[in-house]
Amino acid sequence: MRTTITSVQLARFVSHGYLRMDAVVPDEMNQEALDLLPKGLPDVPYGTPVANAYPEGSFPRRLVELPAVAGALRALVGPDPHVDHHAVHVREPHEGHAQPLHGDAIIDVRPDAFDVQLMYYPQRVSPDMGGTLVVPGSHLRRTNESDTGRYQNLRGQTRLVCPAGTVLLLHHGIWHGGRRNDSDLPRYMFKIRFNPTTPQVRLWDTADMADPAVAAELSRYFPWYEQATARLEIYNRVLLWRALTGDPSFDVEHWVTRVTNRPADRSHA
Amino acid sequence: MTLRQQVLVLYLSTSALDSHVVGWSRYDGTGNSQPTTGDSDEPPYPDGVAALRDGWRLIQASQLLPPQVGAEYGTSFLKHEFFFEKLA
Repeated sequence: MRTTITSVQLARFVSHGYLRMDAVVPDEMNQEALDLLPKGLPDVPYGTPVANAYPEGSFPRRLVELPAVAGALRALVGPDPHVDHHAVHVREPHEGHAQPLHGDAIIDVRPDAFDVQLMYYPQRVSPDMGGTLVVPGSHLRRTNESDTGRYQNLRGQTRLVCPAGTVLLLHHGIWHGGRRNDSDLPRYMFKIRFNPTTPQVRLWDTADMADPAVAAELSRYFPWYEQATARLEIYNRVLLWRALTGDPSFDVEHWVTRVTNRPADRSHA
Repeated sequence: MTLRQQVLVLYLSTSALDSHVVGWSRYDGTGNSQPTTGDSDEPPYPDGVAALRDGWRLIQASQLLPPQVGAEYGTSFLKHEFFFEKLA
C-alpha cells in the first residue's frame, strides 16, 4: 500500500497530534460494526503482526486495509506495524459521568518513535452522544495517564461530532477522554493501538517537503497554550520533525538553532 | 444553614492574575450542578480578575518554580493554576 499522505499532512499530525478522516468507512461496514462491536472482539496477544492478529476477511483486517486508512497508517507507523492491543469502548446512554482527561498507557517520551491509536466511530456522533474529547497539540506534554484529570476544559479542545465511518489516528500521547453521553443511544468506538516496527523516517509522500505550509503547520499555536510554553511546544515539534525527516538542520523561527549554538573554541594565540 | 464550597480552577496564560484564561474546571459542593470533563467550550471568565469581580475568592495560586536542570525545554502540566472559592 502506497501512501498519499503529504508532508503538509504529516506536519499537521506533528502539530495537532492526530489526523481525522471523516466517513472513510462505507455504510455497509458501519452496519456490520454496529452488530459486531456490542458482542466484543477476542483479544490478541500484545505485539502481534496485523496479519496474524486479524485473519484475512475479518472486520478489523478489512478496516485497516481500506485505502485511506492503510495509506495513513503506512505514513505514520510504516509497512508492518504490530497490534499492541484493541478494545471496544462504549459510552452508555445517560451514564452521568465522563472519563477524566488522560493519555493512554503510561508516560511515553520517546523522541524519535511513536505509537498510533486508531479510533473508529461506526455511527453518527451527535453533540449529546459523548464524542471523544481531544486536546489538539497535547501529545508532547510529559504527563502520566490520568494525572491531567483535574483539567475539565481547555480552550480549543475538540468535542468530537462526526458522520458514521469516521476514523481518527492519534499520537500515543494525546490528551483525550470519553465525554458524558446525555443521549438515549450507546456510543461505540473501536480502538486499535499500533506499534511501529521500522524507523519512522520519511514514510510519507515527501514530494512537498519544501512547501512553506509545512513550517506553517509546525508553527501553529493552540488557544490553550500558555504564552511562554507555546514556544517550547514548537521547539519540541522541531525536534520531532528533525527525527521524522532525518534533517538535523530543520528549524522554525530559529528556536532550536539559537539555543544549541555552541561556537567551537578557537585559539587566537 | 450549612454553607458549602464551590470551587473554580482557572488556568491562565501567564503567572499574572489578569492574563487570559486557557483552561477551567468547576466543582460544586452544593450538588446543584455536576460539572465534568469536556462540558463547555467557552470559559466562565475571560481572565482571573473577572472572577474576583464576580465574587470568587482566590485561595491558592501556583508557585513560580524554575525548570529542573536538564529539563528546561520539556512541557508538562499547565503552569499557572489559580483556585477560587465561593460559599453557597
